[in-house]
Amino acid sequence: MSQAFMNYLFIGLSFAIYITIAIRSRAGSTKEFYVAGGGVSPLANGMATAADWMSAATFISMAGTVAISGYDGSRFLMGWTGGFVLLTVLMVPYLRKFGKATVPDFIGDRYYSRGARAIAVVCALFICMTYIMGQMRGVGVVFSQLFGISVPAGVLIGATIVFFYAGLGGMKGITYTQVAQYLVMAFSYTIPALFIAFMLTGNVLPQAGLVGETVNGVPFLDALNAINRELGFAEYTAGKLSKLNMFCITAALMCGTAGLPHVIVRYFTVKSVKAVRVSAAWTLLFIAVIYLTAPAVGAFARVQLIEALNETAQADLPAWFGAFEATGQMSWEDVNGDGHIQYRGAESGEPNELIFGTDMMVMANPYMAGLPMWVTALLMAGCIAAALSTAAGLLLVLSTSIAHDLMKKILKPTLSDREEVRWARVASFGALVVATYFGINPPSAFIAKTVAFAFGLAASSFFPTLLMGIFSKRMNRAGGMAGMSVGLLFTFSYIVYFQFLGGTAAEYWWGITPEGIGFVGMLLNFAVAFGVRVCTAPPPTAVVEMVERIRLPEESA
Amino acid sequence: MESKKSREYHRAALRLLTGLLCVWFGLSFGCSILLRDWLDAHAPTVGHAPFGFWMAQQGSIIGFVVLLVIYAWGMNRLEERFRSDEEGK
Repeated sequence: MSQAFMNYLFIGLSFAIYITIAIRSRAGSTKEFYVAGGGVSPLANGMATAADWMSAATFISMAGTVAISGYDGSRFLMGWTGGFVLLTVLMVPYLRKFGKATVPDFIGDRYYSRGARAIAVVCALFICMTYIMGQMRGVGVVFSQLFGISVPAGVLIGATIVFFYAGLGGMKGITYTQVAQYLVMAFSYTIPALFIAFMLTGNVLPQAGLVGETVNGVPFLDALNAINRELGFAEYTAGKLSKLNMFCITAALMCGTAGLPHVIVRYFTVKSVKAVRVSAAWTLLFIAVIYLTAPAVGAFARVQLIEALNETAQADLPAWFGAFEATGQMSWEDVNGDGHIQYRGAESGEPNELIFGTDMMVMANPYMAGLPMWVTALLMAGCIAAALSTAAGLLLVLSTSIAHDLMKKILKPTLSDREEVRWARVASFGALVVATYFGINPPSAFIAKTVAFAFGLAASSFFPTLLMGIFSKRMNRAGGMAGMSVGLLFTFSYIVYFQFLGGTAAEYWWGITPEGIGFVGMLLNFAVAFGVRVCTAPPPTAVVEMVERIRLPEESA
Repeated sequence: MESKKSREYHRAALRLLTGLLCVWFGLSFGCSILLRDWLDAHAPTVGHAPFGFWMAQQGSIIGFVVLLVIYAWGMNRLEERFRSDEEGK
């Protein structure tokens, strides 16, 4: 049996499962379409949210980033899990109690303003579009490697599948499909890690292997630090980012997470606020299974990559190297002409001859370790599950934002329930077409750079505005809108200036990178909002009562 | 207008939130970023990993999960108490 056959088998099987689930749980009403009828169990919702939250980027790139940057990679590990804590304790239960389907709904009602709702809709659309483009590209790349077809064809296949179950099934179909996808992701991520941990450290648990000793009895992290030093890289456990940057980027990622509309909306699918809290705890537990494995996977991959390739003669290169070279994921150039690969860091003073994308670390891991074929096939299925589940969730939020917030609430209030669902389906098709277009013709530098955007904007606009809306009864329309606009404009201009208009690192304010500027934008948002609030009229009584109401427990049924 | 009971409930909820967020800050920004160098040098290692590094890559995440379990348990208990008070009125 060949590797290709095994890949088809695993992916075909997983798809058969997803599609069966999607067909069996088709949405009939608006409520089922948007929030799955509100009757999903906390455990199932926890798994679905975990699958939704962990994108192709998390699944494929995160461990690679940790492998390359060591301690500095912790900003993603902590940012995306710590942000989840903020989201759960500060946002979700309150918004759930408020009881409308979307985040712009809350902002529009709380700040009694159509303008605020419009700003929120634009932010939500922008954040989701940015995200979904990357997912479509990811799906395309995996499919193209898999079937040996071009990337555009891969993107098209992926888009068709996503449309099939997101468009038809709505939230209900997506939720149950995502449960299956989480299981595929969790197994495909941890199983290779268990094998590799055992081979390198003699420990079955990757987390224990990371802090344990190698099979030669040397502490694993010491060995890794020694390798890094020898090749002229910064020590693995040290990191290069300044403390201030590390702080700001982690904070921006955390607060951005807490303001992401597609995650917040997930908790409208469970029965009660009580169930929301339980569900959120499950979600983070399921996320932690993968996040706690990622640093170990990254560290192991680094050791294996260096052992397999560094100082290896061209004739002795392993077979998998050719496969990754063919897809452009790895390349080497014999700079010093000795016929061997030299992998070197900046401090070694020697030329580096090996170039590879961070994305290939996770994918190449099973090959490097020489694991059985089915492990690689499982990993492929996991990658696709990660990309599809996130893309489907995002697509749903996009279509809701367009159909509900834009059409019904702003442009055409007379829309009936049925028409709204029809709009949502049309909108999700439209959004998918745009996302597919960008997946096929990626403004490649653009996508990587816009990630800073998605989190920075969520951190500087949604997060503070929602927080003040929930916890300050006196915050009024003028304050909320001024804060949101200033935070947004500031962050937007800073990122645009440094990412697109050629600003240089020397010009950074206090040395803060565009990745971390969302944190500053957030502080500005708070400051401006409170300043403006003091000099303007207090909010109407109805709004104050609404805030009081969302703070109370639900009336028992 | 808000009743005295609901004000008390909200205050109790805020107290729980503040406590949890202090721990949250301590785990992430405290141990893993601000105090990290000191902890690497002075705190006992976890296995063979320096303490601050381990907190940043493993410990903080485990801590976050525990925080959310405490939150779900604590808030749901607060809610129960508020409900039984309401009914007893």
